[in-house]
Amino acid sequence: RVSSDGKPPKFQPPPKPVIIDRRTQKEERRFLSPEFIPPRGRTDPLKYYMERKDMIQRRKVFSIPEFYVGSVLAVTTAEPHASDKSKRFVGICIQRGGKGLGATFVLRNVIEDQGVEICYELYSPRIQAIEVLKLEKRLDENLMYLRDALPEYSTFDVNMKPVPRMANEEIPLNKLQVRMKPKPWSKRWERPKYNIKGINFELPEHKMQAAQKWSQPWLEFDMLREYDTSKIEEKIRKELSEELEK
Amino acid sequence: SITGACRAIQKLTRVRVVDNSTLGNTLYHRPPKCIHVYNKTGVGKVGDKILLAIKGEKKKALIVGHKMPGPTMTPRFDSNNVVLIEDNGNPVGTRIKTPIPYTLRRREGEFSKVLAIARNFV
Repeated sequence: RVSSDGKPPKFQPPPKPVIIDRRTQKEERRFLSPEFIPPRGRTDPLKYYMERKDMIQRRKVFSIPEFYVGSVLAVTTAEPHASDKSKRFVGICIQRGGKGLGATFVLRNVIEDQGVEICYELYSPRIQAIEVLKLEKRLDENLMYLRDALPEYSTFDVNMKPVPRMANEEIPLNKLQVRMKPKPWSKRWERPKYNIKGINFELPEHKMQAAQKWSQPWLEFDMLREYDTSKIEEKIRKELSEELEK
Repeated sequence: SITGACRAIQKLTRVRVVDNSTLGNTLYHRPPKCIHVYNKTGVGKVGDKILLAIKGEKKKALIVGHKMPGPTMTPRFDSNNVVLIEDNGNPVGTRIKTPIPYTLRRREGEFSKVLAIARNFV
């Protein structure tokens, strides 16, 4: 630079570094798939350790995305009898069950006015791709009541485009209250045993109060039923992060 | 139709005819019911032939989907679906709009004509 009057140019201090502390953000938002957490029991933890090793092996080869009950997925599986040897099914995840390698999830969709549900095994080698079209959570862990709800709540377009999502956003909670078909339903969803928050019951008040007869308020205070998974989850998270980085 | 505890098809289950035949789609005061299952066990699953009582007549039919959950990766339908069939295996209707499971394709020999009129597969 040309100096003014022969003097050295004015000292420009370097720009201050912007410190973005990503560590705290990252630790809060890590997702652990529910099938990694071992069920409560007296079996040898070695069994679950060996299963987790196999699960990690499979996840290294095939990426299983993060999804919750209530998100819309598209699954392509190998089908020997299909014309191009693969079949694609789009649906909303209504239930995630099983632990370890036998973990399953059920997808539901209504095609041509016919409700179809398929139970897929997460770690099955027949699955070729799992794509999350819409990642969201619902008010309940189990959406089996969609079978008795109006079919519009279970219909999803087969050719729907994946909804774009930013990397560090919170998972949206869909507080949709679903309207039901007239009774009888497959299960009495108004009873407190199912603890469903996502239905807009249009039943009269006396019916809702009669259903509360079957409530068991002592269950939440039962200490023998408690299962604190925080420490187990920490250990499994550490194990997973170590194995997946190898 | 609404079936209760046993969700695969057996005698006296009400079924839903899914093809576009006149016999299956005309309204009658009684729903079509199964009166016999052509199986060693009396329980019919996908791909089994049954005898149906529709509009006061007996007709054979092929089960293409039931409410009972089957093996994993196979679809489970919300109603017991059935396709009307003749004794020689020829379907009575000309089109099937509801989705049919791919597992029926395994028995291409017996059900080739039914699979030919099916539109969607699941």
